[in-house]
Amino acid sequence: MALRSKTSPEDSRAGQAPKPASTISGVPVEALYTPEDLGAFHYDEKLGDPGEFPYTRGIYPSMYRGQLWTMRQFAGYGTAEETNRRYKFLLSQGQTGLSVAFDMPTLMGYDSDAPASEGEVGRCGVAIDSLQDMEDLFAGIRLDQITTSMTINSPAAILWAMYIAVAEKQGVEPAQLGGTLQNDILKEYIAQKEYIFPPEPSMRLVVDTIVFASRHMPRWHAVSVSGYHIREAGSTAVQELAFTLADGMAYVDAAIKAGLDVDEFAPRLSFFFNAHIDFFEEIAKYRAARRLWAHIMRDRYQAKNPRSWMCRFHTQTAGCSLTGQQVENNISRTAFEALSAVLGGTNSLHTNSMDEVLALPTEKAAQVALRTQQIIAHETGVTNTIDPLAGSYFVESLTDEMERGALEYFKRIDELGGVLACIENGFFQREIADAAFRYERELEAQERIVVGVNAYQEGAGSEVPTLKIGFETERAQAKKVRALRERRDGTSVRNRLTELRAAARGQGNLMPVLIDCVKAYVTEGEVMTTLKEVFGVYREPTIL
Amino acid sequence: MSTASRPSSKAAKPAPQTEPASQKKIRVLTLKLGLDGHDRGVKVVSRALRDAGVEVIYAGLRQTPEMAVEAAIQEDVDGIGISILSGAHMTLIPRVLELLKERGAGDIVVFAGGIIPDDEAVELKALGVAEIFGPGTSLATIVDFVNGRLRK
Repeated sequence: MALRSKTSPEDSRAGQAPKPASTISGVPVEALYTPEDLGAFHYDEKLGDPGEFPYTRGIYPSMYRGQLWTMRQFAGYGTAEETNRRYKFLLSQGQTGLSVAFDMPTLMGYDSDAPASEGEVGRCGVAIDSLQDMEDLFAGIRLDQITTSMTINSPAAILWAMYIAVAEKQGVEPAQLGGTLQNDILKEYIAQKEYIFPPEPSMRLVVDTIVFASRHMPRWHAVSVSGYHIREAGSTAVQELAFTLADGMAYVDAAIKAGLDVDEFAPRLSFFFNAHIDFFEEIAKYRAARRLWAHIMRDRYQAKNPRSWMCRFHTQTAGCSLTGQQVENNISRTAFEALSAVLGGTNSLHTNSMDEVLALPTEKAAQVALRTQQIIAHETGVTNTIDPLAGSYFVESLTDEMERGALEYFKRIDELGGVLACIENGFFQREIADAAFRYERELEAQERIVVGVNAYQEGAGSEVPTLKIGFETERAQAKKVRALRERRDGTSVRNRLTELRAAARGQGNLMPVLIDCVKAYVTEGEVMTTLKEVFGVYREPTIL
Repeated sequence: MSTASRPSSKAAKPAPQTEPASQKKIRVLTLKLGLDGHDRGVKVVSRALRDAGVEVIYAGLRQTPEMAVEAAIQEDVDGIGISILSGAHMTLIPRVLELLKERGAGDIVVFAGGIIPDDEAVELKALGVAEIFGPGTSLATIVDFVNGRLRK
């Protein structure tokens, strides 16, 4: 068969060359891909069967034929009692895992009555101050029957300790608990900026949780290495891929340095990627992530257990791709993004609600988002065949391109002294800010079109009902934590905090003492204040 | 104000007297108010303003109303651009306005961006916020606003 050259005149209509095109990240894209683009393509080396090294086609042999991805909708707002009701609703609607969204004071280590919390309580998620709130959050939900993902970073170890303590009260052993702690502090310095302590003590806390999970909680993912926030901050797809896997390597290095064997913890590392709007680029990104991570773990870290080689990941559709204009269009955007994640072989998925660009989602909007996943799963037929785009000249070329771009970044990061050095010298932050600015300029110049934003506008903003969080949440929550401080055993609180201070100054694992603290109803804010005294707080280099 | 980043060439004193008043650069303080760390928008806007000839002082993350007002007065700015995505805008932005008035700096123009529902944007404008820029606002719109409203 003769291959048609991409530039041959017969390809173009009326002698016109196709307009140059690129992905949303700026990767040039040809009008046509042919076998020439793949060159000497070795199936076993590049792809392998699903469930086989290098896992390009998926980490399980049967993928969605065996089990669908976990439909895990991120939710949380107001008080623990309100969020508990939403969880029970979501579980009754067929959702298969919980995912806790915490409010800003909880994420930043403040109790609800702290001055810094004013105006923020319960707005971005649920307010959790103490074990009492965690008990209310999971009231009537058996923790051995579900898996739970907790999106929290700087204070992750404390919230995890509370979860373990709630389980114990239900008679559930830590070893029975399944779930994921986001606990990825590196991407906080890089992108989301919810850091508290300096990088070194922060990394110690992460390593303590990895060690604790590897010894006591075999069903728990202690870290979810996250590219999602890097992408939301404005990175390209390649940057998301490269910086995330680089962070993953930094955690592996730290855990090995702490004395763990790579195969003791690597099978429990998990990842979290963004599903942005550029359909094929995203699919290529997921496939490249699996191939890259398999090689990194086997070749660089000499991991022996195939489970250590597998890049298992959660995906969330791109919040930053949603528009405040013509909000209903976001349902379509989210559906395309979710489809790319499924075609890319994600292991779990959150679909954004159409109104999340305006506020936390209403129950109705959240339901449509979940239904979108169910439609993909049960109606479209895309789950019938594993990795259905494999062998596509375009998708395989783009997968190679993603891989090549990531390897180039790994080299640069190494040359610049590694991940921590690149955080401190602002390399990541600068790369992301530059990409974000470039994209915004492209929108301004109408080089890229966003429907309803810089084309097809419709005048005034969309009228959709949004969820309102009132000030009564803050008042009630502040009252609740103050009442708790009156009621609990003050001597035991003081003793636990003294033990915590000593442990933080020492070298030992902090998890046992944190569990003791939360069981004595020491609040999150009190634990964080004590740790700040020992560890200090971080200020970032400000980069525009 | 240890977190503020200021161009080193720019000392904290007024522009030379020889410069015609009409050519005095507009000075804007940009910052993240409250606890959320989503700084993509504020950085993009700050760069666009700087490219348009505005002198931008980016104070960075987790500014309190007190810090914001103190910096605005110290830096003698014409406007404050506030970015907030955490939902605490109805608590924190009115406090910025009050503090500016208390300090006799009510002439400093306050504008904001982030996740601010329409009805609350109306309330904030009634309190004295000059403009609220929601998601999808073009950079040109913000640059035009600053050039139009902040030039004395």
